[in-house]
Amino acid sequence: MDIPYTVQPRRDTGLYNAKLGIWLFLASEVMLFGALFSSYIMLRVGADIGEWPQRLLNVPIGTVNTLVLITSSVTVVLGWAALKQNNFARYRLYQTITILCAFGFVGIKSYEYYDKFTHYQVITNDGKVFDGHLIKRDKELVVLSGFEIDASKGKAHGVMEASGHGPNHKPHKEIEIKTSDIKKIGNYGPAHNTYTAIYFTLTGLHGLHVIGGALVIGYILWPGAGMWKTDPERYTNRVEVSGLFWHFVDLVWIFLFPVLYLL
Amino acid sequence: MQTTSAHSHAHGSDEHHENHAHHDEGGFLKKYVFSTDHKVIGVQYGITALVFLLLGFILMMLMRFQIAYPGQPIPIIGGLMAHFFGPLADKGIMSPTLYNMFGAMHGTIMVFLAIVPLAFGAFGNLVVPLQIGAPDMAFPRINMVSYQCFAAGGIVMLVSFFIPGGTAQSGWTSYSPLATSVEGHGQTFWLTGMVLLITSSLLGAVNFIATIIQLRAPGMTWMRLPFFVWAQFVTGFLLLLAFPPLEAAGLMQLADNVLGTSFFLPTGLAVGGRLADISGGGSPLLWQHLFWFLGHPEVYVLILPAIGIVSEVVANNTRKPLWGYKSMVYATLAIGFISFIVWAHHMYLTGMGTKISTFFQTTTMIISIPSVIILTCIFISLWGGAIRFNTPMLFALAFLPMFGLGGLTGLPLGFNYSDIHLHDTYYVIAHFHYVVAPGTIFGLFAGIYYWYPKVAGRMMNETLGKVHFWLSLIFMNLVFFPMFIQGMSGMLRRMSDGGAMYSTAKAAAGSIGGLSDRMIELNAFVSHAAWGLALAQIPFIINFFWSISHGKKVTSDNPWDATTLEWQTPTPPPHGNFLKTPEVVRGPYDYSLPGASKDFVPQNQNS
Repeated sequence: MDIPYTVQPRRDTGLYNAKLGIWLFLASEVMLFGALFSSYIMLRVGADIGEWPQRLLNVPIGTVNTLVLITSSVTVVLGWAALKQNNFARYRLYQTITILCAFGFVGIKSYEYYDKFTHYQVITNDGKVFDGHLIKRDKELVVLSGFEIDASKGKAHGVMEASGHGPNHKPHKEIEIKTSDIKKIGNYGPAHNTYTAIYFTLTGLHGLHVIGGALVIGYILWPGAGMWKTDPERYTNRVEVSGLFWHFVDLVWIFLFPVLYLL
Repeated sequence: MQTTSAHSHAHGSDEHHENHAHHDEGGFLKKYVFSTDHKVIGVQYGITALVFLLLGFILMMLMRFQIAYPGQPIPIIGGLMAHFFGPLADKGIMSPTLYNMFGAMHGTIMVFLAIVPLAFGAFGNLVVPLQIGAPDMAFPRINMVSYQCFAAGGIVMLVSFFIPGGTAQSGWTSYSPLATSVEGHGQTFWLTGMVLLITSSLLGAVNFIATIIQLRAPGMTWMRLPFFVWAQFVTGFLLLLAFPPLEAAGLMQLADNVLGTSFFLPTGLAVGGRLADISGGGSPLLWQHLFWFLGHPEVYVLILPAIGIVSEVVANNTRKPLWGYKSMVYATLAIGFISFIVWAHHMYLTGMGTKISTFFQTTTMIISIPSVIILTCIFISLWGGAIRFNTPMLFALAFLPMFGLGGLTGLPLGFNYSDIHLHDTYYVIAHFHYVVAPGTIFGLFAGIYYWYPKVAGRMMNETLGKVHFWLSLIFMNLVFFPMFIQGMSGMLRRMSDGGAMYSTAKAAAGSIGGLSDRMIELNAFVSHAAWGLALAQIPFIINFFWSISHGKKVTSDNPWDATTLEWQTPTPPPHGNFLKTPEVVRGPYDYSLPGASKDFVPQNQNS
């Protein structure tokens, strides 16, 4: 038994099965990320004044990461085109760059995550709010490198004003707070507010897509490369399909970057 | 062309051995558990889903005892319940918490683990590739993984009954913040199970759509597709596009439960009288929007395959073409599109605003038009037919008024002003159960009786089938019709005591309203009818297993004299289905064609 159109396109649809399959899958992915973007809008519209942080993330780092992903999208096409021209060596070169870009992206993203997980906000019993990176934390003392913020217009607003994006830029200094004075302490992880919650969910899910895509492309590139000898057409199709997925992952980031970093 | 069964068996075993010499048949595991054959996967889906259907029904029967006789120990298996659920079923009495758990899981199991897998997974897998003349699904291995994800999701749901703290108890809709506020890990299990089930649906949907678009046999143009295939095609798109938002919502609620985020938790949320230690700022309404964005298309996922089955059975047993086939196809497509813009009619009472309510009320009324078109076409198809009243046809015929009743009683719920009175009452339960139980499930029964001979090579017993049908029809109505009356008199759903707390008899002097004794007494009546309905399923269970080995052997590959391609294969169809690729030369329902030698002409025959 042979299933038709696994390699050759069907005449009336112009597609082979896997290509149609990946397009359908991507349609569902659009709905998945679409729902999360819609949630972002609902949460942001519903946030209290001064509680939705803007420019919390490092824009230059985000820009670099955007460029890294765009580069990988270019190499993925060039790699497929090289295969179409029967140039396996050049395909391998381009796809290796794609995978390196994926590693680079995930590495930079991990650095950004680390930065947020070590960034703390402390509310003391007398109502003061301190914000900064954690230097030391033990049973008696918490030491932050940061500043005290004026939370009267909302905590997020205070952080934005104090951290240099507003006119009242304050230099970082070491702040020592006694544990017994602390009412609430927490890092800028998902539980910090709804912005970090949706930030970590969106970028986390996107990061999983990057890792998954890189695994598939890597599998086709190295352990699965034997098919190039036995069934080159089907192999090229695989590269094309994985490339389509990779473009989608790239495209999601093109939306994520302005939404989370710039707006 | 009408090869006899015996002939095809011999045929299959001789020729196919050669064909399959290179194709290792493997052992039991490979043939029945890790099979990539769409028919085996269809049967796997079917049997698993039927087991879950029974389980969901058992949960409800136990709940019905608590509703009818609140606070009394459950007879016979009360001791067993106390053993399994400990303090939740102390002395065999179902506690309100256990009632909530069973209620949440009844809905979850019935919708996601029973009806959808049966309607889409089982019948879709078994019938669609055969009807379009394909050798298998487009992606057989993904098909296998789809079933395995489904099974894993089912196991997670089952395990959650026995974890400390018990299973999910916030209703099948899992509204936040309730779903995050209850103690225990039941909700986390529920969400994990749902993610697996959604993954399964997604893989299945991609596979079905790709199969229908790509693997149609030569000559099988779009307007020659049997209506059942169209129904499954649209269902596939609904699953593909409506489920991901629920997956997103599930991930967010999982984060709320596990990571302490506040996606759906508002500022100032108090749990158990204490301010919750959360950042707040989230939106409970957001969960409802995302849930019902799936929830409403899901209704059509439940109903469209059943309509497809009924159409096949009706055309076959009236010996007439379907009346208005094209209108039915376009109506189905219209339902597919419109079903994405009606979801908030489940949310009139959330305070989302009257303007939004008006929009969704309008779209809700609009979507009833294509539904009525389909039903009308099937009704008119009966006109002037020489109807054969066999068991599948009886179920298909009963589907029509039952689904009609369910659909019409939905209109008052679709208007936001009448919904204020009816929202969250037993009326709602009666309405959607008329759609799904005597509606969809009857359609599915029709399908089981109709396609059983194709799978097993033997017919199911007609007498047992008719007993099953008539008793089911009577008891279904005895169960669900009184609920309309209870609901209109104001009885709320989700109450573990069946409304006793709000009875007029118990009400304080001078209070207004309350449930009359007659309404409360109906509870016991309905419960007895539900247990009667359970007894009515015994003939079916016996019939299903007994007929595998003792049913009447089919004398041809086409025992119903049908036109569609699934009957033009050997019985049961071998791996790869067709002995040679069929060439389709005509539409799906060429019954009683003037001038033809028989009263049916299969799609791949010239005359």
